[in-house]
Amino acid sequence: MSATPVVEADKSAKAPNGARVGAAWRKRISDFAHAHRSWTIVISMAIGSVLLYVWSAFPPFSFVQSQNTWISGFVNAGVFILLALGLNIVVGFAGLLDLGYAAFFAFGAYLYAFGASPFSHLHLPFLLLLVAGAVVAAVFGIALGAPTLRLRGDYLAIVTLGFGEIVPIVFLNAEKYTQGTNGIGGVDRPNIFGFQFPGIDQTAYYVLMAIVVAIVLILVYRLLDSRIGRAWAAIREDELAAAANGINTVTTKLAAFALGATTAGFAGVLNASKLTIVDPTQFQFQVSFVVLAMIVLGGMGNPFGVAVGAFILYNIQAVLLKQLNATFENLQVPILQDIDFVKFQFLLFGIALVLMMMFRPEGLIPSQRRRRELHAADAESSEDLALIAPDAGEVSL
Amino acid sequence: MTAAALGRRMVSESATEGLLLRADGVTKRFGGLVAVHDIDFTIPAGSIVSLIGPNGAGKTTFFNIIAGIYDPTAGVVIFNGREMIARSRRAWLEPFLWFLPGFIGLLLAVVAASNGAPDGEIFIIAGITLVALMSTLVIGVARPVSYQQALPRIGIFRSGRPNDMVEAGLGRTFQNIRLFQNMSALENVLVGMHTKLHSTWLDAMFSTPRDRREEKEAAEAARGYLRLVGLRGKDGELAKNLPYGDQRRLEIARALGSKPKLLLLDEPTAGMNPRETQEMIALINRLRNDLGLTVLLIEHDMKVVMSISDRVTVLDHGEKIAEGSPAEVRANPKVIEAYLGAPAE
Repeated sequence: MSATPVVEADKSAKAPNGARVGAAWRKRISDFAHAHRSWTIVISMAIGSVLLYVWSAFPPFSFVQSQNTWISGFVNAGVFILLALGLNIVVGFAGLLDLGYAAFFAFGAYLYAFGASPFSHLHLPFLLLLVAGAVVAAVFGIALGAPTLRLRGDYLAIVTLGFGEIVPIVFLNAEKYTQGTNGIGGVDRPNIFGFQFPGIDQTAYYVLMAIVVAIVLILVYRLLDSRIGRAWAAIREDELAAAANGINTVTTKLAAFALGATTAGFAGVLNASKLTIVDPTQFQFQVSFVVLAMIVLGGMGNPFGVAVGAFILYNIQAVLLKQLNATFENLQVPILQDIDFVKFQFLLFGIALVLMMMFRPEGLIPSQRRRRELHAADAESSEDLALIAPDAGEVSL
Repeated sequence: MTAAALGRRMVSESATEGLLLRADGVTKRFGGLVAVHDIDFTIPAGSIVSLIGPNGAGKTTFFNIIAGIYDPTAGVVIFNGREMIARSRRAWLEPFLWFLPGFIGLLLAVVAASNGAPDGEIFIIAGITLVALMSTLVIGVARPVSYQQALPRIGIFRSGRPNDMVEAGLGRTFQNIRLFQNMSALENVLVGMHTKLHSTWLDAMFSTPRDRREEKEAAEAARGYLRLVGLRGKDGELAKNLPYGDQRRLEIARALGSKPKLLLLDEPTAGMNPRETQEMIALINRLRNDLGLTVLLIEHDMKVVMSISDRVTVLDHGEKIAEGSPAEVRANPKVIEAYLGAPAE
């Protein structure tokens, strides 16, 4: 697959010697990764997505389902990766608990459905709508954030939860404009520079999604290390001290909200263009909840961890649980064959989250800073500073 | 620097000449408790001024009023020639102002709909309303200088917040150290330099030349501040892993990052041994002499206060009981009484 658009988007890094990198030993790779993070993301995304694409045609993947089904699932996982990366800006970087994140996802999706479907008799270009969806979601992010960001912690969570509930209900009841429960169907498939995305073969979506995820990853990592990224971290650690150092806490938090919403807008447009139908049930509270669970599982604050967490959790939800059902039924295992695991997914998520909170609250692939924050209390009580020393990464918790 | 120009009240030149900060009749009540009562206080530019008093005298409350953390119940603080801190007037009206376009638009839409206007027209009204509402919300939250200047003209005044005070040139430390514990020393200073850096989130995302240059220069400058306070070579250390004395110094380096004119130090030598205390005195003197900073000090250690202060103000029970040079204050019977109790009859 081609990563050229990503390369163009990244103007900062110098051209690497691709062949040398391929042959280089481990230290050289890690040095390179340190010095050229954007290139590392591009290269690893390219390698990773090609590997997944090819491997999904071979055992053990091919035993489970066809390659096209796998690829389609990976595209859906990509939507969740985008959502998780966006919510990670709000929750992981700025430390604001947002429980209504699916609302911004809905704005992106409905904007695309309005802009490119037989329902509205409009067929605007995909790339235009991709940007417009992000902008509209950002506008609503600001609209929600501006009056509410003076609230803290629990109160902010309650307000965002309410917002997340209101938005799908508005879309549900505005039947004249959204066709209510039926949703808007027959949405156009993307057409980029004359290339029409086919309906059955999902490869084009897969490539597009890999590119978008790579771009978003690069941008998110850059934000993390910037002036605004430091300001977010400062607010998360000590809001008063942050304000006493000249950080306008309200605008800085608002920026986190708007940027998080933007990413959700992208995800919404991509999701609508893939499913070709948009209806209110796609944006219920469980989406916000699942995305939050992905962040917690993957490692709050670390974009790479969050992306991995989203990918894993989506595949557990969409593939593993169904496979468990099928396997136990085929093998006629007593009791287990009668359990519908898909029905119990939220129970399983809940148990997984509780276990994570107890044994590894920083997530699978944590950000160093988050881990230090979460283990500060342990270290103070036990005086065991080795546990949180930056070099003690191998200590099992 | 986009300094916030808050006050519209005319401040006579002679009254503030040579003064960096002037507080007039500052009072703060917490419910029935009068923490600070009617304090007049001035800080001449380039001086080291100390605020002392027994525990609970209201020193830190006064400090927090100046730093913009508390709204005073009465009184005015003029900082750098501008009225920055005063009791907020009709500040609760401000959010209503932001929603004004929304109300007007809604009214228009309702009127239009009841007169049988077509859907298209109502959509256009709704769209324009939404855009207007967004704009006022963003302006209201971002508070550009012109907006801040316009507000007092319609009778709304909002006392400066901590970040407004930092923009105007005030840096502070905290009594109980409030570093960003899980960040490195260098990152702490970089956060302190926030107001002096200008790259936006867009610069960061596209890694513009401006952003990269600024980040590089900022890191260099931050190392300079660390060297200045005696933390050379400790930029990679986590703030919480630094020894206590170094944490105090790091907090000063962080405050220096915003290039303040006035530095508020809240008990900078608390918990230090005599040698560290001597170093801290030398550092404070250096800040005044080399960087031309004005320093306001809260301190319990009388040796420190008497050795470096140009002027000392004594608070007790929220009232100012004495003011003058260290020697005058030391000889003042009221001060002796406040610290040691009234003589037994």
